[in-house]
Amino acid sequence: MGGYAVLKGSSYTLAITPDMVLRSGTTQTTEKAVNPESEYLKELPKHLRSYEDAVSYLPNQVYIGNKTPEDLAAEEFPWYDKKTEGKREGKYGEIMPQDEFIGLIQICDVFDLVKLEKAFAKETGKKLAAHGLIGVERAAILDKNEDTQEEIAKLVKEEHAEPLYHDGKLVGAVKRAHDIDVNLSAHVMLENLVTKASSVLSLLHLVKTTGIDPSEIEYVIDCCEEACGDMNQRGGGNFAKAAAEVAGLVNATGSDARGFCAGPAHALLNAASLVKAGTFKAVAVTAGGCTAKLGMNGKDHVKKDMPILEDAIAGFSVLITADDGVSPQIRTDIVGKHTVGTGSSPQAVIGSLVTNPLDEAGLKLTDIDKFSPEMQNPDITKPAGAGDVPEANYKMIAALGVKRGEIERKAIPQFVKDHGLTGWAPTQGHIPSGVPYLGFAREDMLAGKIKRAMIIGKGSLFLGRMTNLFDGVSFVIEANDGSGAGETAGIDEGRIKELIGEAMREFAGSLLSK
Amino acid sequence: MALLKDKKVVIIGDRDGIPGPAIEECAKSAGAEVVFSSTECFV
Repeated sequence: MGGYAVLKGSSYTLAITPDMVLRSGTTQTTEKAVNPESEYLKELPKHLRSYEDAVSYLPNQVYIGNKTPEDLAAEEFPWYDKKTEGKREGKYGEIMPQDEFIGLIQICDVFDLVKLEKAFAKETGKKLAAHGLIGVERAAILDKNEDTQEEIAKLVKEEHAEPLYHDGKLVGAVKRAHDIDVNLSAHVMLENLVTKASSVLSLLHLVKTTGIDPSEIEYVIDCCEEACGDMNQRGGGNFAKAAAEVAGLVNATGSDARGFCAGPAHALLNAASLVKAGTFKAVAVTAGGCTAKLGMNGKDHVKKDMPILEDAIAGFSVLITADDGVSPQIRTDIVGKHTVGTGSSPQAVIGSLVTNPLDEAGLKLTDIDKFSPEMQNPDITKPAGAGDVPEANYKMIAALGVKRGEIERKAIPQFVKDHGLTGWAPTQGHIPSGVPYLGFAREDMLAGKIKRAMIIGKGSLFLGRMTNLFDGVSFVIEANDGSGAGETAGIDEGRIKELIGEAMREFAGSLLSK
Repeated sequence: MALLKDKKVVIIGDRDGIPGPAIEECAKSAGAEVVFSSTECFV
């Protein structure tokens, strides 16, 4: 089956930001506001991991592609008390240390809002200049920092700037972008610059992993969960073009797609449809991470004497292009959607997202080799009482299969094992939502190990208090049989001439036969 | 079922478990008065 847009590649990045856990995670900021003397706040710093520990954490190595979901499933649970051989660089991306990430935030700031302490900036600038994807030119901005720590402390104390800490020391600050506008406050600017910087890092890795010429990417869709704008248009946007600018995607425009955790699945459907329609030949879907969710389940982790596992700002990018005859196709005709009328019972949700689209395509649940719903790392969620989220999804899919007579009741655990995946993604909302599997899915399809996968995005719209509704979309990715290469290449003059020629021949033939 | 009859109930549903509106329907059918219902996202 040909003519679909294809999954050309994806990238995944993490930045380990323990100081941001303390100062920007909403669990911590809320605690500081309501219970500043709490035991939790006193205990928390002792539970922060070093960069090295975060790198040698197996789920993080899976996220950047050095280990596989199968490696993770084979490892005895829990994982936080074990170390694996960890590398900073991975097949799909990297794990960046906090100091370099703070430097990258400044590189992503085009309004001179980020101020770094001179010595810190100099050291960090050297590291970023030596970074293969950032380099001397981008890192040069760090050399312009002249502020002392005292001057930065003054900005924080007197100018409402948001402090930036590294190893417990004040190393910089993000200034407010307006003196009254709350949407341009220092807090919001830091949150948005962090999102932008992590998206940029992922885009740079996407260009590297796919080998695409950055000038060939024509459109970028950002699908994070933040909003940028001012007091007159709070979510005006757009992160996509802002990140594309820093990543050097000179021929791209873009826009932001939102849907809470379902954002990435919506964005990928948009991207695949734009490519299939011939509107653009290469579209990148990208998202940075969020400071607010750092240490979100920290209270339970501290209570159970565990390290704070939510210490990473994550990012990912995906490249969707016209059919190359090789890469897995995005079947934009096998799409599930949770509609306004679907209802909220778990059966209704899974029915709308999983079984309805498969029924329409004449496929059974077992025709899908792997399902990728919410891929949250259970090491984080189980101690916090939220259970194993991917496993809960698989059990519900399997239960529906039993009801439909496609799976035997006693075969549920085997179905979960065979068609499921063990979660490895950090709990950063949209980050775990279906997309972490795209890298492995592509590889496994190219290697002939699997034929089909279903990506499922689910979003908690009710958190925005505009509706009580839940949301979700899903789609199938399929191994490419090579028959449709070039069909979505779209505006190819030769092909147009060929089609006109064929049509004229047919017309002439019909005239002659009359 | 008598457990919930004529009782006032507060419902906190889970996005990845049983959402609020689904629990609400069950509680109502058991004769409870739902005074608050919401769904939360724990991830």
